[in-house]
Amino acid sequence: MAAQSAEGGLSFDPMAQFQVKPLGGDGVVNWFTFTNAALWTSFAVAVVFILLVVGTSKRAVVPGRMQSVAELAYGFIYKMVEDICGKEGVKYFPYIMTLFMFIVCANFLGLIPTAFTPTSHFAVTIPLALLVFLGVTILGFVKNGASFLGLFWVSSAPLALRPALALIELISYFVRPVSHSIRLAGNVMAGHAVIKVFAGFAALTIVSPVAILGITAMYGLEVLVSFIQAYVFTILTCVYLKDALHPSH
Amino acid sequence: MATETTQGDGLADAIGVAEHSGGSTGMPQLDFTHWGNQMFWLALALIAIYLILSRVALPRIAAVLAERQGTITNDIAAAEDLTNKADAAEAAYDQALVDARAEAQRIIAAAKADMQADLDAAIAKADTQIAAKSAESEKAISEIRAGAVESVKAVAKDTVKEIVAAMGGKADAKTVTAAVTARMKG
Amino acid sequence: MEGQLAHIGAGIAALGTGIAAIGVGNVAASFLGGALRNPSAAAAQTATLFIGIAFAEALGIFSFLVALLLMFAV
Repeated sequence: MAAQSAEGGLSFDPMAQFQVKPLGGDGVVNWFTFTNAALWTSFAVAVVFILLVVGTSKRAVVPGRMQSVAELAYGFIYKMVEDICGKEGVKYFPYIMTLFMFIVCANFLGLIPTAFTPTSHFAVTIPLALLVFLGVTILGFVKNGASFLGLFWVSSAPLALRPALALIELISYFVRPVSHSIRLAGNVMAGHAVIKVFAGFAALTIVSPVAILGITAMYGLEVLVSFIQAYVFTILTCVYLKDALHPSH
Repeated sequence: MATETTQGDGLADAIGVAEHSGGSTGMPQLDFTHWGNQMFWLALALIAIYLILSRVALPRIAAVLAERQGTITNDIAAAEDLTNKADAAEAAYDQALVDARAEAQRIIAAAKADMQADLDAAIAKADTQIAAKSAESEKAISEIRAGAVESVKAVAKDTVKEIVAAMGGKADAKTVTAAVTARMKG
Repeated sequence: MEGQLAHIGAGIAALGTGIAAIGVGNVAASFLGGALRNPSAAAAQTATLFIGIAFAEALGIFSFLVALLLMFAV
C-alpha cells in the first residue's frame, strides 16, 4: 500500500463492496434492520415474483418472452430433479426450485454495478448449505431408517477396506456443507473482488485500457459463473437428495 | 497478533504500511455482527420465494405446460382427422369421376345405338324408295320398250306392205305380220 | 512484520487457484476427449461434467479464501 500511495490516488479496497450497511437509521445493524443486504435479497424475491408470477399471468398457450423464460427455468430444474433423483424426487422439486431461483436471481442482480450480492456472503450460503445438509440427512434417516448408514458402508469394496472407506465417506459427507457453501460464496466473491481490482488499476492511465478490457472479460466470465454456480449448487443438492432417497451404493 | 503489537506497529509505521486501516475494510464476510441480520432476511426471502413458487408459480406453469401438451395432442388429432377427411373426399371425388365417366360412356353408347337405328331405318327407307323407283323405272322402260316394239312392228308391217306393193305384189296382212314377228324375235 | 508475512502467504496461497485451474482444465479436457469419441453419450454427462468442475474448482476457491483471510482477516 506504500507503493500505491506513492503512485498517487491509486487506492482500492476490493472488499468494500461486500460491506453490510443499514439503509437509514443510526448505523446499528440489528437482526431486523433493513440493510443493503436485505434490499438486494428482497430484489431477488421481487425478480422471482415478476418472472414466475407476473410473467406467466397470461397463461398463454403460445408463450411470450417472460413466460418462455419462466417455463425454461421450470423445465430445466424439473428435468434435473427428475433425472437425478428419479420420480420420488419430484416431490421436493419446489424446494430445489426455491434454492435455484433465489441463488440465480441474487447472483445476476449482484452483477449490476454498485449492487450488493447476498450470495457472496457466508452468512447466506452457509445457512443455505446447512439447510440442504440437515434436510437431506433428516430425510435420509426418516425414509430409510438405520439403513441410511449404508451410504457410508461401501459394500462393493473388500471387507478389510470398508472401515477405512467408511471413515473417508463419513468425513466427505460432513465436508459437503462446507464445500457446498464456500464454493458458491467464494466464486461470487472472487469474481467481484477481481473486477474491483481491475477497476482500481483502471485509474492508472498506462494500464487503464488493459484494466478495462480485463473488467469486460471478467464481467463476461462472471455472468457465466453466476449461472453455473447456481446450477452447480442446485445439481449438488439434487445429488445429495438422491443419496438420501437411495442410499445404497 | 496482540502480543507483538508494539513491534509490529513500529515496523509498519516505519515503512508506511497502515495495517487494517487506510480504508481497508477487512473481510465483511467474517464480521459476525450482521450474520443474524443476513440470516433473518435470507429466511424471509426463502419463505417468500417458496410460497410464491408452491402456491402460484409452479402450479400455474405446470398447468400451462399441460394445457400446451393437451393442445398439441388435440391439434395433432384434429390434423389426423382432417387428413382422413381429405382422403375420404378424394376417394369420393375419384368415385364420382369414375361414375361420371361410366355414365358418359353409357350415354355415348345409347346415342350411338339411336343413331345407328335411325341410320338403319333411313337406309332401309331409302332402299325401299330406291327399289320402288327402280321398279317404276323398269316398268316404264319395259313399257317404252314394248311401245317401241309395237311401233317397230307397225312400221315394219307398213314398210313391208309398201315394199311388197312397190314390188307389185299383194301383201297378205297375216303373212306379213307373222314374218315380221318372226324376224323381230330373231 | 507479521502483516508482510501474511501478504507473502496470501500470494503463495493464490498459487493454489492456478493449480486448481489445471484441475478444471483436466476435467474439461477429459470430457471433451470422451465426448468427441462418443458424441451421442456426451449430452447425458454434462451434469457430471459440471459436478466434476465444481469439485475441482471448490479446492481452488479454498486457497483463494485462505489468501483472502491472510490479506484481510489475520
